[in-house]
Amino acid sequence: MRTVIFRTVAPYLTSLMVLFSIFVLLRGHNEPGGGFIGGLIAASAFAIYGIACGVAPVRRAIHFHPMAIAAFGLFLSGMAGVLSIFVSRSYMSGLWTSVHFFGNWIDLSTVLIFDIGVYLVVVGAITSIALALEERDRD
Amino acid sequence: MAITSEPLKDLSVAMVTEPVTMAQWLLIAPVVWCLLVGAVLLMLRKHTWLQPLIAIPALAVLCLLDGLLLAHVMVSGPLTMTMGSWLPPFGISFTTDSLGALFALTSALVALAAGVFGRTDVDDTGRRYGFYPFVLLMMAGVSGAFLTGDIFNLYVWFEVLLIASFGLLVLGSERAQLDGGAKYAFLNLIATTLFLVATGYLYGLFGTLNMADIIVKAPELRSSAPLMTLVTLYLLAFGMKAAAFPVNFWLPASYHTPRLVVSALFAGLLTKVGIYALLRTLVMLFPFERTGLADIIAIVAAATMLSGVIGALAQNDIRRSLGFLIISGIGVMLAGLALGSAAGLSGTVFYAVHSMVVMAALYFAVGLAARINGGFTLSAGGGIYQAHAGLAFVTLALFFSVAGLPPFSGLWPKVILVKASLDVGAWWLAAAILVTGILTTVTVGRIWALAYWRPAPVDDLTRSASEHDAEPPQPVRLPRGAIAALAGLLLLTTAFGVWPEPLIRLSQDAAIGLLDPSAYVLSVFPGEVPR
Amino acid sequence: MEALFALLVGALFTVSIYLFLSKHIIRILMGAAILGNAVNLLIFTAGRVTREVPPIIPPEFDVPQSVVANPLPQALILTAIVISFSFFAFLLVLGYRAYQDLETDDSDEMRVAEPVDDVPPPLGY
Repeated sequence: MRTVIFRTVAPYLTSLMVLFSIFVLLRGHNEPGGGFIGGLIAASAFAIYGIACGVAPVRRAIHFHPMAIAAFGLFLSGMAGVLSIFVSRSYMSGLWTSVHFFGNWIDLSTVLIFDIGVYLVVVGAITSIALALEERDRD
Repeated sequence: MAITSEPLKDLSVAMVTEPVTMAQWLLIAPVVWCLLVGAVLLMLRKHTWLQPLIAIPALAVLCLLDGLLLAHVMVSGPLTMTMGSWLPPFGISFTTDSLGALFALTSALVALAAGVFGRTDVDDTGRRYGFYPFVLLMMAGVSGAFLTGDIFNLYVWFEVLLIASFGLLVLGSERAQLDGGAKYAFLNLIATTLFLVATGYLYGLFGTLNMADIIVKAPELRSSAPLMTLVTLYLLAFGMKAAAFPVNFWLPASYHTPRLVVSALFAGLLTKVGIYALLRTLVMLFPFERTGLADIIAIVAAATMLSGVIGALAQNDIRRSLGFLIISGIGVMLAGLALGSAAGLSGTVFYAVHSMVVMAALYFAVGLAARINGGFTLSAGGGIYQAHAGLAFVTLALFFSVAGLPPFSGLWPKVILVKASLDVGAWWLAAAILVTGILTTVTVGRIWALAYWRPAPVDDLTRSASEHDAEPPQPVRLPRGAIAALAGLLLLTTAFGVWPEPLIRLSQDAAIGLLDPSAYVLSVFPGEVPR
Repeated sequence: MEALFALLVGALFTVSIYLFLSKHIIRILMGAAILGNAVNLLIFTAGRVTREVPPIIPPEFDVPQSVVANPLPQALILTAIVISFSFFAFLLVLGYRAYQDLETDDSDEMRVAEPVDDVPPPLGY
């Protein structure tokens, strides 16, 4: 799969897909989208990069081990639910707040933190499986 | 940044409005704690020296949380917390009574012992593969399964613990592990899929997945819905998970392949989750259908215990023998399920607690013995008594316990179960339990005589050498952490044996809670009139 | 509609059980993939099939204004898909590793954990 065209296009395609995945993640706030589907898009971006340029550059590019990313996501999701202990509501209750940001009111919530956690879990877990399979392909 | 939660409309019809107490948080705490610590450990996977330092205190905290939960449930009855503040049955409820809390506490104690034992059993490679994170994630699954009050959520926790157990099983990726792991993984996949099928049908019939809601609705649907099919599917799925007779061949194929501490954890926890799920579904949710299936369960129980112990007799590898002994213990637990009386169920609960502790301890003991003479086979075994008399006696005590001899914890549940079988005239079930006990004694007696008591077999060269300078064998030093873990579990089984009243009372409490779940229902739906 | 789906579920189950009965790991894997889909379709059908009415409540109302599709089975299926997907990924890697290390994908020949020539235990002391 290491053709010149693919190798030239892959970095741009990957960055575009990661950007799109973050868009889908944030869009999931109120519209179709969300952490799971966003995470899948990002993971396939890394898989494409891995197919084009080899597994080692991907590992260098994401810096952390994919499983560590997944673990951080799990931690984030778990903590997002715990926050409601401070307002005496049950685990995973959604808490909302609005912040003023450049003239817009932006709704923030623990649900969003949870969703970001899901995104990271999916990115980490799927990337680590994909990279493991791609690595084996070569030897 | 103030946290506001302003409802647009009157949400009291859909959401829990009264504040949640700390006691209710105790219900979710074991699961969340395990998940969070597991995640942290997974992030720190490269720092192998740090792993046990975090994991062991974390498991101790888990024991504390489960202990507090059990104490709270015993004092003030079943406890419920519904996720996301939605009213049940719309939100996912975590509900526990003394059964769930007791099992959760015992599993946490076993996991703590395994964590301590693993410090010396799992090397750096195993730690880098993620032994401790997987243990914590598996405990999240196990605790979640014991504490949840929603049947689909139970499925999810089953999967969580199953995926973590896959990771533990192939830790190190040796050939035998891959072989055993493949069989374990595929057969467990079928079992959980059957569980999912049954749950899908259940949702189609009831329109709800909340266990308390199902208890309320089951009597109305009894005349019209094919509940018997549903319950039989559950029996098959959970029977497979619990390793009941015709569907248990994944267990002896895989349990001897992983590292010993992993085998110990699996032996202690996984099959008992299946038993717990059987108790919850068959006894608490569908007692009427269970009565219809009682004969089948009784036959399965007798077949499981006898085939298990005969399998154990036929093995040369001690670990495989122990695997079959787990199966035979499952048969004894199923006997209580078949009887369905308060006495029988309390025997099952007691036996499950006993089995969790003793089976894990037995694997620890066998692992330590293998460290002395380097093998698990009976034909080449021996010499443990010479090398380390203390370990030989500890193992003998555990063998007594698993065979059901006094003064250890195996005696009482068997007494309760035999008496409960005779009470309903099921003499053949009582006979099966007793025969299993005798055959277990034979099995473990032979293991002890061959692998522990007799002198180490020496080949001719070393024999001629040792006859000249008849030097007594040096006593072997065993790692202190491993001994502490083993001693802790031994202490538990002895304590249950010589002072069984608290545990008997607790199991009776759990059995009565299963047979009459009105307190359980009331905790989920305050004000609901139970059946 | 439900009857048709029920037949389809039955067909998928048949295929997957047939594949599960094979000796080869790769076919069993295929069976696992099909089984997952069969169960998802089963849950979907069990939740009653309602066509073309998405469960969306207009802003000014508290409850749906007509009979809508049941969103809960879809949530259950989503969970089940995620789980069966991760299961499948794990099994794929495991099967592949087993194939590499054991040099066979025939489950009859995978006897490393349970050797054929296992000696019986000694009968005397």
